Amino acid sequence: MTHVTQAPVPARVVLNHADIDRALTRIAHEILEANKGSKDLVLLGIPRRGYPLAVRLAQKIAAADPAVDATAIVGQLDVTMFRDDLSHQPTRPPHRTQLPLSGIDNKVVVLIDDVLYSGRTIRAALDAIVDLGRPRIVRLAVLIDRGHRELPIRADHVGKNLPTSSAEKVRVRLEETDVIDGQAVNEVVIEAGA
Amino acid sequence: MAEQSADNGTNNNATAGSTGTYLIRGAAILGAGAEDLLIRDGIIAGRGTDLSADGATIIDADGLIALPGMVDVHTHLREPGREDAETVETGTRAAALGGFTAVHAMANSTPVADTAGVVEQVHSLGRAAGWVDVRPVGAVTVGLAGEQLAELGAMADSRARVRMFSDDGICVHDPVLMRRALEYVKAFDGVVAQHAQEPRLTAGAQMNEGDVSAVLGLTGWPAVAEESIIARDVLLTQHVGSRLHVCHVSTAGSVEIIRWAKARGINVTAEVTPHHLLLTDELVRSYDPVYKVNPPLRTDADVQALRAALADGTIDVVGTDHAPHPSEHKECEWAQAAMGMTGLETALSVVQHAMIETGLMTWADFARATSFAPAGIGRLSDQGRPLEEGEPANIILVDPAARWTVDPSTMATMGRNSPFRGMELPGKVMATFFKGHPTVLDGKLNTPYRHPADAATAPAGGY
Amino acid sequence: MKHLLSTEGLSLGNAVRILDTAEEMAAVGDREVKKLPALRGRTVVNLFFEDSTRTRISFEAAAKRLSADVINFAAKGSSVSKGESLKDTAQTLSAMGADAVVIRHWASGAPHRLAATDWIDAAVINAGDGTHEHPTQALLDAFTMRRHWTKLAGLPSTGADLKGMRVAIAGDVLHSRVARSNVWLLRTLGAEVTLVAPPTLLPIGVEQWPCSVSYNMDETLEKGVDAVMMLRVQGERMNASYFPSTREYSRRWGFDDNRLRALDSLGLKDTIIMHPGPMNRGLEISAAAADSPRSTVLAQVRNGVSVRMAALYLLLSGDTREPAATLKESN
Repeated sequence: MTHVTQAPVPARVVLNHADIDRALTRIAHEILEANKGSKDLVLLGIPRRGYPLAVRLAQKIAAADPAVDATAIVGQLDVTMFRDDLSHQPTRPPHRTQLPLSGIDNKVVVLIDDVLYSGRTIRAALDAIVDLGRPRIVRLAVLIDRGHRELPIRADHVGKNLPTSSAEKVRVRLEETDVIDGQAVNEVVIEAGA
Repeated sequence: MAEQSADNGTNNNATAGSTGTYLIRGAAILGAGAEDLLIRDGIIAGRGTDLSADGATIIDADGLIALPGMVDVHTHLREPGREDAETVETGTRAAALGGFTAVHAMANSTPVADTAGVVEQVHSLGRAAGWVDVRPVGAVTVGLAGEQLAELGAMADSRARVRMFSDDGICVHDPVLMRRALEYVKAFDGVVAQHAQEPRLTAGAQMNEGDVSAVLGLTGWPAVAEESIIARDVLLTQHVGSRLHVCHVSTAGSVEIIRWAKARGINVTAEVTPHHLLLTDELVRSYDPVYKVNPPLRTDADVQALRAALADGTIDVVGTDHAPHPSEHKECEWAQAAMGMTGLETALSVVQHAMIETGLMTWADFARATSFAPAGIGRLSDQGRPLEEGEPANIILVDPAARWTVDPSTMATMGRNSPFRGMELPGKVMATFFKGHPTVLDGKLNTPYRHPADAATAPAGGY
Repeated sequence: MKHLLSTEGLSLGNAVRILDTAEEMAAVGDREVKKLPALRGRTVVNLFFEDSTRTRISFEAAAKRLSADVINFAAKGSSVSKGESLKDTAQTLSAMGADAVVIRHWASGAPHRLAATDWIDAAVINAGDGTHEHPTQALLDAFTMRRHWTKLAGLPSTGADLKGMRVAIAGDVLHSRVARSNVWLLRTLGAEVTLVAPPTLLPIGVEQWPCSVSYNMDETLEKGVDAVMMLRVQGERMNASYFPSTREYSRRWGFDDNRLRALDSLGLKDTIIMHPGPMNRGLEISAAAADSPRSTVLAQVRNGVSVRMAALYLLLSGDTREPAATLKESN
């Protein structure tokens, strides 16, 4: 209580710009491999940072398979209204849900999120998908899996497994969503707990 | 209490329960230099410095101001009929604590005080309670219905000796009826106290009509509805040569009309409530019905005009319009709520705050507006008298330096509807002497005055 | 926000947040499953002291689309009409575990009383109180205007305000809670409002409002206007001498066929005609105007559900255990 100034939170960069890009390239190839090609693929990013990751993945898939139109296979899935912790958090304004024109019925939907932690966001996403249609298969791709699952959920594609203490915070910063000191950044850092 | 001394007795001091002998030491008389006041058997027996104690109970009044007991020209005691809201006993306890030695009980009880029987009943209840003089106000019209004159003469001749007549709560709006009432009360030196409210202009009215009502969507009570009646009534008063009292003046325009009337020599007096000296319609934005009152709280410009008028004498007196209501009549929607505020126990403090601490009035002015002038309007011969030797000992001691926070739940009135709730106000009544008897001592209720048993059957004029 | 009582105290940020959330809610109406689980297990009470089937079913649909349990409490024919006080009714609803009370009341300020007292600690939504405010109506009107205004500009509606939009609100302003709520909200959103009414139907004090006032409908149209909102006028007002006759009212103040044609001849091709409903066809609005392509009457009804979903969601989804942590501005 005697400190007036706030000490900077010790932060450790675990993935830099190039690391993120390499991880996404690998995931894009894994997705194509698991799907035996690009047929029926739909990538649904979960706001906020899952969506730009989905866009980047779609571009990498399109680069690997010229038959694919990146913008036609990517969408955004808002799960806010399906969360089980709505009454335990400050009010969250919902984001837009936008599906590709082809819809998701009988598609292979890959959910994209930045960090997989308790699994509750993905649980909400599965509920949200059910109200929108009936995909043939739903898979999950995440940039970071930091453990501490509270539900029987696991990712099909993982950029990096990152063992953490639950007191720590994992922050993903992407140039599409994050600007720090006027600089767009791409990095994943771990902050020590308070 | 048969051993009570007679208030017209001469040498019954020192017996238990008598009004006894009190020596007030070093009170600032009307706020001026400190002097002693010797009270013996209901009378001020001496005024000066270093008066001899002479076996008297000594009251150290260092730092206190001595004032004549306050006289309220406008009190609702609710009894008979609404004893769940207030009784003569609880209302007069509140009055004594607030520094009053006389109150005028308004006529809108159930049954209405429109006959000699009802006004005598209220008068008797007041005497039995013994905290202050209770002077019933008689209704102008039968049942306050505005159609037929009540028996004003019978009420004037009754033991209650009514001099003030009012349909308060309702305006005597029929100009012919008002003219007749003004004429008729001349026969016994009465006064008509008008609740000035043009009824058609105020149908369904909920609050002052202006900027705030426009936003709140509450039906407006326009100032012109008050001012037009006052203008009419002062002209009628001039025409018939009678005496008019205007209750609870609330607008700057009313002040101008009364000022004009007085300049023309019209025999009109006017009253302002403590709440209209302090509060504005901005408070209604809360929709809390504790701020609902009739006439309504007005604008700050009106408040300033009312203060100036009280200071320069255009408005003669402060009247509380003490109007207690049971809580269920205030714990509801604004439109459903009853109009009215309690005021007896906060009047002195609010006036000190609004008038004295602002430098607009002195304590001597305060005595004029709260005691001398109101006693004159009500024709009370033994109230509102100077604090001089030989005068009746209706005296209060006020600590002007005290500060207190208004808490309606601790008040003596049964009403909890104080708009000053939570406010810090100056000034506290430390003692009230009613006919020489301390009804309040050390800022707390003491014991009531006991009228001599024989006085109950004697003509009331003797007290 | 803990309550939604008026638009007078609604900040620009919160107003836009409600409208933006309503945009997302509107999308749900286009889906196969028109339901979201956000308010599952929450109880919304529609407490109506005044008949209004339209407003009640709009709130009911909104609450049900968010999976809340809905209890309709019509004060008519209930214990309330037998003299039960608002306080007792509120305490009863509190004891039943209401999380939100949507209240319609004939008395101005009744929702403020519920919110300000300790009778009930549920979120309070004002569904119209006396002649005071009707905030969700103003929000759905603004939502309708914003979609129109941003479409003309070729911009996304999300995040936008109404800067520069010229809105005329015409009719019985004095008795209109819709007009009051719209004046405050449209000011906050940056629109320019003109009230058009007979002087008898404007409140004393209107000159302090953030809008201009006109007694002439035709001049107002000639100056150019992007939306005309007609207010319902009750024919009975004639008996209290607010105007001489319904015929004179509709000729001077109503939106009749001549004025509909005037929009075309004045080159106001994008001007919309709004009405909060229910309409008095032939009095304040002609049938041709009500049914013209300019009319947004049905869009307003549709948007009402989205806006009320947004209000219910934003008031009820937050952390209810720590109200201090949420924005509190509506009282």
